[in-house]
Amino acid sequence: MNPLIDNEIVTIMLEEKIDFICSVPCNMLAGVLNLLHPLPITHIPVTREEEGVGIAAGAAMGGRKPALLMQNSGLGNSLNALLSLTKLYGLPLSLIISQRGGKGEKVSAQMPMGKATPNLLKAARIDYVRINKREDLIKMRRMIRKTFDNQRVTAILLSRKLWDETY
Amino acid sequence: MKVVGAREGLIVCNLGFPSRELFSLSDKSSHFYMLGSMGMASSIGLGLALAQKKRVYVIDGDGSLLMNLGSLATIAHHAPHNYCLIVIDNKCYSSTGSQPTSTSGKTDLAGIAGAAGISTVKVLDTLEDLEDCLDLHRNTFLTVIAKTDATNPDARHIPLLPRFIAKRFMGEVRKGEKQ
Repeated sequence: MNPLIDNEIVTIMLEEKIDFICSVPCNMLAGVLNLLHPLPITHIPVTREEEGVGIAAGAAMGGRKPALLMQNSGLGNSLNALLSLTKLYGLPLSLIISQRGGKGEKVSAQMPMGKATPNLLKAARIDYVRINKREDLIKMRRMIRKTFDNQRVTAILLSRKLWDETY
Repeated sequence: MKVVGAREGLIVCNLGFPSRELFSLSDKSSHFYMLGSMGMASSIGLGLALAQKKRVYVIDGDGSLLMNLGSLATIAHHAPHNYCLIVIDNKCYSSTGSQPTSTSGKTDLAGIAGAAGISTVKVLDTLEDLEDCLDLHRNTFLTVIAKTDATNPDARHIPLLPRFIAKRFMGEVRKGEKQ
Protein backbone atom coordinates (compact mmCIF):
# COMPACT_ATOMS: atom_id res chain seq x y z
CA MET A 1 0.00 0.00 0.00
CA ASN A 2 1.22 3.46 -0.85
CA PRO A 3 -1.54 6.11 -0.86
CA LEU A 4 0.75 8.64 -2.51
CA ILE A 5 1.13 6.46 -5.61
CA ASP A 6 -2.57 5.57 -5.63
CA ASN A 7 -3.43 9.27 -5.57
CA GLU A 8 -1.02 10.10 -8.36
CA ILE A 9 -2.39 7.35 -10.60
CA VAL A 10 -5.98 8.49 -10.07
CA THR A 11 -5.01 12.15 -10.59
CA ILE A 12 -3.37 11.32 -13.92
CA MET A 13 -6.45 9.41 -15.08
CA LEU A 14 -8.72 12.32 -14.13
CA GLU A 15 -6.48 14.98 -15.64
CA GLU A 16 -6.30 13.02 -18.89
CA LYS A 17 -10.13 13.00 -18.89
CA ILE A 18 -10.69 9.28 -18.45
CA ASP A 19 -14.36 9.17 -17.47
CA PHE A 20 -15.38 5.53 -17.78
CA ILE A 21 -13.57 2.76 -15.93
CA CYS A 22 -14.14 -0.98 -15.96
CA SER A 23 -12.23 -3.00 -13.41
CA VAL A 24 -11.38 -6.46 -12.20
CA PRO A 25 -9.76 -6.21 -8.78
CA CYS A 26 -6.12 -6.90 -7.91
CA ASN A 27 -4.57 -6.27 -4.51
CA MET A 28 -1.99 -3.98 -6.11
CA LEU A 29 -4.83 -1.85 -7.52
CA ALA A 30 -6.95 -1.98 -4.35
CA GLY A 31 -5.97 1.53 -3.24
CA VAL A 32 -6.70 2.99 -6.67
CA LEU A 33 -10.07 1.23 -6.85
CA ASN A 34 -11.03 2.57 -3.41
CA LEU A 35 -10.32 6.12 -4.55
CA LEU A 36 -12.62 5.79 -7.58
CA HIS A 37 -15.79 5.33 -5.57
CA PRO A 38 -16.64 8.95 -4.72
CA LEU A 39 -15.44 10.42 -8.03
CA PRO A 40 -17.74 11.73 -10.76
CA ILE A 41 -16.75 9.02 -13.24
CA THR A 42 -18.57 5.87 -14.27
CA HIS A 43 -16.96 2.87 -12.59
CA ILE A 44 -18.18 -0.57 -13.65
CA PRO A 45 -16.72 -3.55 -11.80
CA VAL A 46 -16.94 -6.45 -14.26
CA THR A 47 -16.99 -10.22 -13.83
CA ARG A 48 -14.21 -10.91 -16.33
CA GLU A 49 -11.73 -8.74 -18.21
CA GLU A 50 -13.14 -9.59 -21.64
CA GLU A 51 -16.53 -8.31 -20.50
CA GLY A 52 -14.81 -5.06 -19.54
CA VAL A 53 -13.36 -4.77 -23.04
CA GLY A 54 -16.87 -5.11 -24.49
CA ILE A 55 -18.38 -2.54 -22.13
CA ALA A 56 -15.49 -0.14 -22.75
CA ALA A 57 -15.96 -0.46 -26.52
CA GLY A 58 -19.62 0.49 -26.14
CA ALA A 59 -18.67 3.40 -23.90
CA ALA A 60 -16.08 4.62 -26.43
CA MET A 61 -18.73 4.59 -29.16
CA GLY A 62 -20.95 6.52 -26.75
CA GLY A 63 -18.34 9.28 -26.65
CA ARG A 64 -16.54 8.38 -23.43
CA LYS A 65 -12.86 7.87 -22.65
CA PRO A 66 -12.58 4.39 -21.20
CA ALA A 67 -9.91 2.56 -19.20
CA LEU A 68 -9.76 -1.04 -18.05
CA LEU A 69 -8.02 -1.69 -14.74
CA MET A 70 -6.88 -5.26 -14.31
CA GLN A 71 -4.09 -7.64 -13.41
CA ASN A 72 -1.87 -8.89 -16.23
CA SER A 73 -3.55 -12.31 -15.94
CA GLY A 74 -6.60 -10.55 -17.36
CA LEU A 75 -4.78 -9.88 -20.60
CA GLY A 76 -5.13 -13.58 -21.36
CA ASN A 77 -8.84 -13.38 -20.61
CA SER A 78 -9.41 -10.49 -22.97
CA LEU A 79 -7.04 -10.72 -25.91
CA ASN A 80 -9.55 -11.79 -28.54
CA ALA A 81 -11.96 -8.95 -27.77
CA LEU A 82 -9.09 -6.44 -27.64
CA LEU A 83 -8.09 -7.41 -31.16
CA SER A 84 -11.35 -8.39 -32.90
CA LEU A 85 -13.38 -5.59 -31.32
CA THR A 86 -11.48 -2.60 -29.93
CA LYS A 87 -8.56 -2.63 -32.35
CA LEU A 88 -10.54 -3.82 -35.37
CA TYR A 89 -13.01 -0.93 -35.12
CA GLY A 90 -10.35 1.65 -34.23
CA LEU A 91 -11.70 2.41 -30.75
CA PRO A 92 -9.58 3.83 -27.92
CA LEU A 93 -8.92 1.93 -24.69
CA SER A 94 -6.33 2.51 -22.00
CA LEU A 95 -5.34 -0.75 -20.29
CA ILE A 96 -3.99 -0.02 -16.82
CA ILE A 97 -2.43 -3.25 -15.71
CA SER A 98 -0.87 -4.36 -12.45
CA GLN A 99 2.10 -6.44 -13.50
CA ARG A 100 2.39 -9.56 -11.36
CA GLY A 101 4.87 -12.36 -11.76
CA GLY A 102 8.05 -10.34 -11.47
CA LYS A 103 10.88 -10.25 -8.93
CA GLY A 104 9.69 -11.06 -5.43
CA GLU A 105 6.41 -12.62 -6.60
CA LYS A 106 5.14 -15.05 -3.99
CA VAL A 107 2.43 -16.76 -6.06
CA SER A 108 3.91 -19.26 -8.51
CA ALA A 109 0.82 -19.20 -10.72
CA GLN A 110 1.54 -15.56 -11.51
CA MET A 111 4.91 -16.34 -13.11
CA PRO A 112 3.88 -17.71 -16.55
CA MET A 113 1.62 -14.76 -17.46
CA GLY A 114 4.08 -12.37 -15.83
CA LYS A 115 6.79 -13.51 -18.21
CA ALA A 116 4.50 -13.67 -21.25
CA THR A 117 2.75 -10.33 -20.83
CA PRO A 118 5.23 -8.05 -22.69
CA ASN A 119 5.53 -10.57 -25.53
CA LEU A 120 1.76 -10.96 -25.77
CA LEU A 121 1.41 -7.20 -26.04
CA LYS A 122 4.11 -7.06 -28.70
CA ALA A 123 2.47 -9.88 -30.68
CA ALA A 124 -0.86 -8.04 -30.45
CA ARG A 125 0.83 -4.80 -31.53
CA ILE A 126 -0.40 -3.02 -28.46
CA ASP A 127 1.94 -0.21 -27.39
CA TYR A 128 2.92 -0.46 -23.75
CA VAL A 129 5.02 1.29 -21.19
CA ARG A 130 6.44 -0.06 -17.93
CA ILE A 131 6.10 2.04 -14.83
CA ASN A 132 8.67 0.99 -12.22
CA LYS A 133 9.03 4.10 -10.10
CA ARG A 134 7.24 7.31 -9.28
CA GLU A 135 9.28 9.32 -11.79
CA ASP A 136 7.99 7.03 -14.57
CA LEU A 137 4.40 8.14 -14.03
CA ILE A 138 4.90 10.90 -16.61
CA LYS A 139 5.13 8.10 -19.18
CA MET A 140 1.73 6.89 -18.05
CA ARG A 141 0.30 10.33 -18.75
CA ARG A 142 1.87 10.39 -22.24
CA MET A 143 0.55 6.94 -23.05
CA ILE A 144 -3.00 7.85 -22.05
CA ARG A 145 -2.80 10.95 -24.24
CA LYS A 146 -1.64 8.84 -27.17
CA THR A 147 -4.57 6.46 -26.58
CA PHE A 148 -7.23 9.11 -27.05
CA ASP A 149 -5.43 11.39 -29.50
CA ASN A 150 -4.90 8.49 -31.91
CA GLN A 151 -7.84 6.18 -31.05
CA ARG A 152 -5.55 3.35 -29.96
CA VAL A 153 -5.43 0.45 -27.55
CA THR A 154 -2.44 0.96 -25.27
CA ALA A 155 -1.21 -0.66 -22.07
CA ILE A 156 0.44 0.65 -18.93
CA LEU A 157 2.24 -2.00 -16.90
CA LEU A 158 2.46 -0.98 -13.26
CA SER A 159 5.24 -2.74 -11.40
CA ARG A 160 4.96 -3.76 -7.77
CA LYS A 161 8.15 -1.76 -7.16
CA LEU A 162 6.13 1.38 -7.75
CA TRP A 163 4.16 0.80 -4.56
CA ASP A 164 7.05 -0.71 -2.59
CA GLU A 165 9.21 2.38 -2.84
CA THR A 166 9.32 4.35 0.37
CA TYR A 167 9.52 8.10 0.46
CA MET B 1 -34.62 -8.88 -37.23
CA LYS B 2 -37.36 -7.03 -39.07
CA VAL B 3 -39.21 -6.19 -35.85
CA VAL B 4 -36.13 -4.86 -34.06
CA GLY B 5 -34.60 -3.30 -37.18
CA ALA B 6 -37.69 -1.17 -37.71
CA ARG B 7 -37.44 0.49 -34.29
CA GLU B 8 -35.96 3.84 -33.45
CA GLY B 9 -32.78 3.51 -31.50
CA LEU B 10 -29.27 2.16 -31.69
CA ILE B 11 -28.82 -1.51 -32.49
CA VAL B 12 -25.83 -3.60 -31.46
CA CYS B 13 -26.03 -6.82 -33.42
CA ASN B 14 -24.30 -10.12 -32.76
CA LEU B 15 -21.78 -11.44 -35.27
CA GLY B 16 -22.43 -14.05 -37.94
CA PHE B 17 -25.85 -14.56 -39.46
CA PRO B 18 -27.68 -12.05 -37.23
CA SER B 19 -25.56 -9.11 -38.44
CA ARG B 20 -25.61 -10.34 -42.03
CA GLU B 21 -29.38 -10.72 -41.93
CA LEU B 22 -29.91 -7.29 -40.38
CA PHE B 23 -27.58 -5.72 -42.94
CA SER B 24 -29.37 -7.35 -45.89
CA LEU B 25 -32.83 -6.38 -44.59
CA SER B 26 -31.87 -2.73 -44.29
CA ASP B 27 -28.49 -1.12 -43.69
CA LYS B 28 -28.62 1.89 -41.36
CA SER B 29 -26.07 4.09 -39.64
CA SER B 30 -27.76 3.20 -36.33
CA HIS B 31 -26.60 -0.41 -36.71
CA PHE B 32 -23.39 -1.64 -35.13
CA TYR B 33 -22.55 -4.92 -36.85
CA MET B 34 -20.23 -7.12 -34.86
CA LEU B 35 -17.70 -8.96 -37.00
CA GLY B 36 -15.75 -10.71 -34.23
CA SER B 37 -15.46 -10.86 -30.43
CA MET B 38 -18.17 -13.48 -29.94
CA GLY B 39 -20.00 -13.07 -26.65
CA MET B 40 -19.52 -9.33 -26.37
CA ALA B 41 -22.86 -8.06 -27.78
CA SER B 42 -24.64 -7.63 -24.44
CA SER B 43 -21.57 -5.92 -22.96
CA ILE B 44 -21.01 -3.51 -25.85
CA GLY B 45 -24.67 -2.52 -25.58
CA LEU B 46 -24.41 -2.04 -21.83
CA GLY B 47 -21.40 0.28 -22.17
CA LEU B 48 -23.22 2.23 -24.86
CA ALA B 49 -26.41 2.53 -22.79
CA LEU B 50 -24.46 3.75 -19.76
CA ALA B 51 -22.45 6.25 -21.81
CA GLN B 52 -25.32 8.09 -23.52
CA LYS B 53 -29.09 8.53 -23.45
CA LYS B 54 -30.45 6.99 -26.65
CA ARG B 55 -32.32 3.69 -26.58
CA VAL B 56 -30.01 0.71 -27.16
CA TYR B 57 -31.27 -2.60 -28.52
CA VAL B 58 -28.89 -5.54 -28.37
CA ILE B 59 -29.55 -8.52 -30.61
CA ASP B 60 -27.71 -11.40 -28.99
CA GLY B 61 -27.90 -15.17 -29.35
CA ASP B 62 -28.10 -18.11 -26.95
CA GLY B 63 -24.64 -19.40 -27.86
CA SER B 64 -22.92 -16.05 -27.49
CA LEU B 65 -24.71 -15.13 -24.27
CA LEU B 66 -23.69 -18.49 -22.81
CA MET B 67 -20.10 -17.43 -23.58
CA ASN B 68 -20.46 -14.32 -21.40
CA LEU B 69 -22.96 -15.22 -18.68
CA GLY B 70 -21.26 -12.92 -16.18
CA SER B 71 -22.58 -10.07 -18.30
CA LEU B 72 -26.08 -10.75 -16.96
CA ALA B 73 -24.92 -10.01 -13.41
CA THR B 74 -23.34 -6.71 -14.46
CA ILE B 75 -26.41 -5.78 -16.52
CA ALA B 76 -28.70 -6.54 -13.57
CA HIS B 77 -26.59 -4.43 -11.25
CA HIS B 78 -26.73 -1.31 -13.44
CA ALA B 79 -30.07 -1.86 -15.24
CA PRO B 80 -30.04 1.28 -17.41
CA HIS B 81 -33.56 2.28 -18.50
CA ASN B 82 -32.41 2.77 -22.11
CA TYR B 83 -31.12 -0.81 -22.43
CA CYS B 84 -33.01 -3.64 -24.09
CA LEU B 85 -31.39 -7.05 -24.52
CA ILE B 86 -33.06 -9.38 -27.02
CA VAL B 87 -31.65 -12.89 -27.03
CA ILE B 88 -32.65 -14.90 -30.06
CA ASP B 89 -32.66 -18.39 -28.62
CA ASN B 90 -32.64 -20.88 -31.48
CA LYS B 91 -30.99 -23.51 -29.30
CA CYS B 92 -27.96 -23.84 -31.55
CA TYR B 93 -24.88 -22.15 -33.03
CA SER B 94 -26.55 -21.51 -36.36
CA SER B 95 -23.66 -19.51 -37.85
CA THR B 96 -21.25 -22.43 -37.55
CA GLY B 97 -23.42 -25.33 -38.68
CA SER B 98 -26.22 -25.53 -36.10
CA GLN B 99 -24.39 -27.41 -33.38
CA PRO B 100 -26.79 -27.57 -30.39
CA THR B 101 -26.26 -25.30 -27.37
CA SER B 102 -27.28 -26.24 -23.84
CA THR B 103 -30.58 -24.36 -24.26
CA SER B 104 -31.61 -27.27 -26.49
CA GLY B 105 -31.44 -29.32 -23.30
CA LYS B 106 -31.91 -28.24 -19.71
CA THR B 107 -30.57 -24.69 -19.69
CA ASP B 108 -33.11 -21.92 -19.20
CA LEU B 109 -31.67 -18.50 -20.12
CA ALA B 110 -34.66 -16.61 -18.69
CA GLY B 111 -34.15 -18.42 -15.38
CA ILE B 112 -30.44 -17.55 -15.41
CA ALA B 113 -31.20 -13.89 -16.21
CA GLY B 114 -33.77 -13.74 -13.42
CA ALA B 115 -31.40 -15.35 -10.94
CA ALA B 116 -28.69 -12.89 -12.00
CA GLY B 117 -31.01 -10.17 -10.76
CA ILE B 118 -32.70 -8.92 -13.94
CA SER B 119 -36.24 -8.10 -12.86
CA THR B 120 -37.95 -7.74 -16.25
CA VAL B 121 -37.37 -10.88 -18.31
CA LYS B 122 -39.94 -11.77 -20.96
CA VAL B 123 -40.01 -15.08 -22.80
CA LEU B 124 -41.71 -14.73 -26.18
CA ASP B 125 -42.52 -17.15 -28.98
CA THR B 126 -43.97 -15.03 -31.77
CA LEU B 127 -43.02 -11.90 -33.70
CA GLU B 128 -46.35 -10.29 -32.78
CA ASP B 129 -45.61 -10.79 -29.09
CA LEU B 130 -42.13 -9.32 -29.57
CA GLU B 131 -43.54 -6.27 -31.34
CA ASP B 132 -46.16 -5.74 -28.63
CA CYS B 133 -43.58 -6.16 -25.89
CA LEU B 134 -41.17 -3.64 -27.44
CA ASP B 135 -44.07 -1.21 -27.94
CA LEU B 136 -45.04 -1.56 -24.32
CA HIS B 137 -41.48 -1.09 -23.01
CA ARG B 138 -40.19 1.79 -25.07
CA ASN B 139 -37.88 3.26 -22.51
CA THR B 140 -37.55 0.79 -19.69
CA PHE B 141 -34.88 -1.73 -18.84
CA LEU B 142 -35.85 -4.99 -20.51
CA THR B 143 -34.53 -8.45 -21.37
CA VAL B 144 -36.36 -10.62 -23.90
CA ILE B 145 -35.66 -14.26 -24.60
CA ALA B 146 -37.13 -14.78 -28.08
CA LYS B 147 -37.61 -18.49 -28.72
CA THR B 148 -37.29 -19.52 -32.32
CA ASP B 149 -36.35 -22.42 -34.54
CA ALA B 150 -33.01 -22.57 -36.26
CA THR B 151 -33.04 -21.15 -39.75
CA ASN B 152 -30.10 -20.19 -41.90
CA PRO B 153 -30.95 -17.10 -43.90
CA ASP B 154 -29.22 -16.67 -47.20
CA ALA B 155 -27.42 -13.46 -46.30
CA ARG B 156 -24.13 -12.33 -47.77
CA HIS B 157 -21.11 -11.07 -45.88
CA ILE B 158 -21.14 -7.42 -44.85
CA PRO B 159 -19.02 -5.48 -47.37
CA LEU B 160 -18.25 -2.60 -44.98
CA LEU B 161 -14.92 -1.87 -43.33
CA PRO B 162 -15.01 -2.21 -39.53
CA ARG B 163 -13.72 1.33 -38.98
CA PHE B 164 -16.41 2.67 -41.29
CA ILE B 165 -19.12 0.79 -39.35
CA ALA B 166 -17.87 2.28 -36.07
CA LYS B 167 -17.38 5.81 -37.38
CA ARG B 168 -20.79 5.95 -39.01
CA PHE B 169 -22.41 4.48 -35.89
CA MET B 170 -20.69 7.02 -33.64
CA GLY B 171 -21.98 9.79 -35.87
CA GLU B 172 -25.48 8.44 -35.31
CA VAL B 173 -24.91 8.27 -31.54
CA ARG B 174 -23.88 11.95 -31.48
CA LYS B 175 -26.70 13.12 -33.77
CA GLY B 176 -29.03 15.55 -32.04
CA GLU B 177 -27.07 15.41 -28.82
CA LYS B 178 -26.67 18.64 -26.88
CA GLN B 179 -23.04 19.33 -26.16
